[in-house]
Amino acid sequence: MEKFTTLTGIAAPMPLVNIDTDMIIPKQFLKTIKRSGLGVNLFDEMRYTQDGAEIPDFVLNQPAYRNAEILIAGENFGCGSSREHAPWALLDFGIRCVISTSFADIFYNNCFKNGILPIVLPQEQVDALMDDASKGANARLTVDLSEQTVTGSDGTVFSFDVDPFKKHCLLNGLDDIGLSLEKVASIDAFEARATQARPWV
Amino acid sequence: MPKTLYDKIWDAHVVHEDADGTSLLYIDRHLVHEVTSPQAFEGLRMAGRTVRAPQCTIAVPDHNVPTTEGRDNPDQMPEDSRIQVAALDSNAKEFGIHYYPVSDVRQGIVHIVGPEQGWTLPGMTVVCGDSHTATHGAFGALAHGIGTSEVEHVLATQTLIQQKSKNMKVEITGSLPPGVTAKDITLSVIGATGTAGGTGYVIEYCGQAIRELSMEGRMTVCNMAIEGGARAGIIAPDEKTFAYVQGRPHAPKGAQWEAALAWWKTLYSDDDAQWDKVITLRAEDIAPVVTWGTSPEDVLPITATVPDPASFSGGKVDAARRALDYMGLTAGQKLSDIEIDTVFIGSCTNGRIEDLRAAADILKGRKIKVKRAMVVPGSGLVRAQAEEEGLADIFRDAGFEWRMAGCSMCLAMNPDQLAPGERCAATSNRNFEGRQGRGGRTHLMSPAMAAAAAITGRLTDLRELMGEPA
Repeated sequence: MEKFTTLTGIAAPMPLVNIDTDMIIPKQFLKTIKRSGLGVNLFDEMRYTQDGAEIPDFVLNQPAYRNAEILIAGENFGCGSSREHAPWALLDFGIRCVISTSFADIFYNNCFKNGILPIVLPQEQVDALMDDASKGANARLTVDLSEQTVTGSDGTVFSFDVDPFKKHCLLNGLDDIGLSLEKVASIDAFEARATQARPWV
Repeated sequence: MPKTLYDKIWDAHVVHEDADGTSLLYIDRHLVHEVTSPQAFEGLRMAGRTVRAPQCTIAVPDHNVPTTEGRDNPDQMPEDSRIQVAALDSNAKEFGIHYYPVSDVRQGIVHIVGPEQGWTLPGMTVVCGDSHTATHGAFGALAHGIGTSEVEHVLATQTLIQQKSKNMKVEITGSLPPGVTAKDITLSVIGATGTAGGTGYVIEYCGQAIRELSMEGRMTVCNMAIEGGARAGIIAPDEKTFAYVQGRPHAPKGAQWEAALAWWKTLYSDDDAQWDKVITLRAEDIAPVVTWGTSPEDVLPITATVPDPASFSGGKVDAARRALDYMGLTAGQKLSDIEIDTVFIGSCTNGRIEDLRAAADILKGRKIKVKRAMVVPGSGLVRAQAEEEGLADIFRDAGFEWRMAGCSMCLAMNPDQLAPGERCAATSNRNFEGRQGRGGRTHLMSPAMAAAAAITGRLTDLRELMGEPA
């Protein structure tokens, strides 16, 4: 997994609430057995017409946002299906950070496994960043994970919370399977106890 | 210290806890399907790892599989689907996990197969790379969906890295009125809390109306906990639970059954347990409901009218406007005037035998008025039982297509899809834009309500058809 330390980039505004993972990556693209190559189909049905032409109004089709690396989104972003294809598609497009007032639980966790930082901020701060992002490509935000800050194009700084373990893994690009396997003795001991206590499992 | 049911199951599964609360949680059952697992198995291979507990890992293809007869002929599937199912076939063999291939009569939707085969038991931790894993909470198991990276983590370590969620109690007091079902409960709860109302919580459903539900109904309720944003939904096990589990192929037997039962009977929330949030609904106030929009929270009694987007606040105003546009509806229109093209009965929400019985009760001796109607049993065994009970004939006589088991039109990864603008009464769980096919319009409801819509060709209050001669 690629490390996430700091990011300065264009932020695209998507104020719609309840953007679900079916919108982020529709099911016809889940038939892949790979993680890569999904960026071209990110937000497919909002982004393209039925015959594959770009819909000019869609934010990521607008010249100012084609190279966006940050999304500012409405509440409950990533709800619905657990498909990790959603963060894979975002990452493949080039999005490394999503900012919203709230995220669905599974999507939020999936982001951290893929080097994407989801940031929760209060409504008025998201509104301010949404306004900032709406200015187009000149509005570049800076995200600093180590300092846990987002800095708007006018220099306003917002602080965010993040779970210390998730932060540590993301800052260092750590594979958490490797970390858990370091605790294999504890897992062995648990299994031995559980086999005694609940042998039917 | 008094504990909730969730606290008790959590405590029984903690392998290791860091000072900040980050915990390594042991996983008792890992269910696997073809869509969210190939990258995880590939990850294991690349790292030279194995499946730690293959005896606790159960795989079944369900999302891509066609639901037409003769489907074990691979030519029936488009190439990408065929490759994905073939990958599960070979991964199951290579890693030595339990497997129900398409050709097996026990094949079906993973969340129906697990309980049916006795893999899901009270007090367990159950995960799957699928958000509707919440279904298994009906047994008093802690069950939730995970992403593919976490699937790989569970395959390799039989554990998950977790932070504990908060406790939420959803109590449904009293008894449900006639014609009102588990689906109406779970949709009404989401209507009350919103799709993000459960974020950060595990919900325990309780109260008289929940106790009065069958296991099938309880699975329907827990299935949609994720639609309310919750990590999991859970219901304390009772005599109904034990009776359902006993005798299933993978349920404990003999002395082990007695030992299991003794522990399962301790699995309830203590009277003075602390709740972070409590929601109470009166069963008497719940009506047969349908959704009108593109989020499961867009739910109203069938007697209501399409709401005015201006009646909402914040971001929901624009979302509702967009939803009405997508759904082709006008504010003020009566829900019961909305004409339906298609009816889909099935899915992990409502693809069990009781669901088919409820729909068949309405359909008996009647004919459909919609363009097409489809029943997709949740498993091959549900299908066989429905045939034995004569339900399949009732569906066929009414004009329904009688299909093979799978996820089918719930998410339309297989050929069962809606065309743009096609309007569907569906017993599934998501009415998202494009969910059942690009441009397709989905109204969620109970199996009996979907059957009623099939008969009249419009969204219908099934109570109008109850007790009437066919």
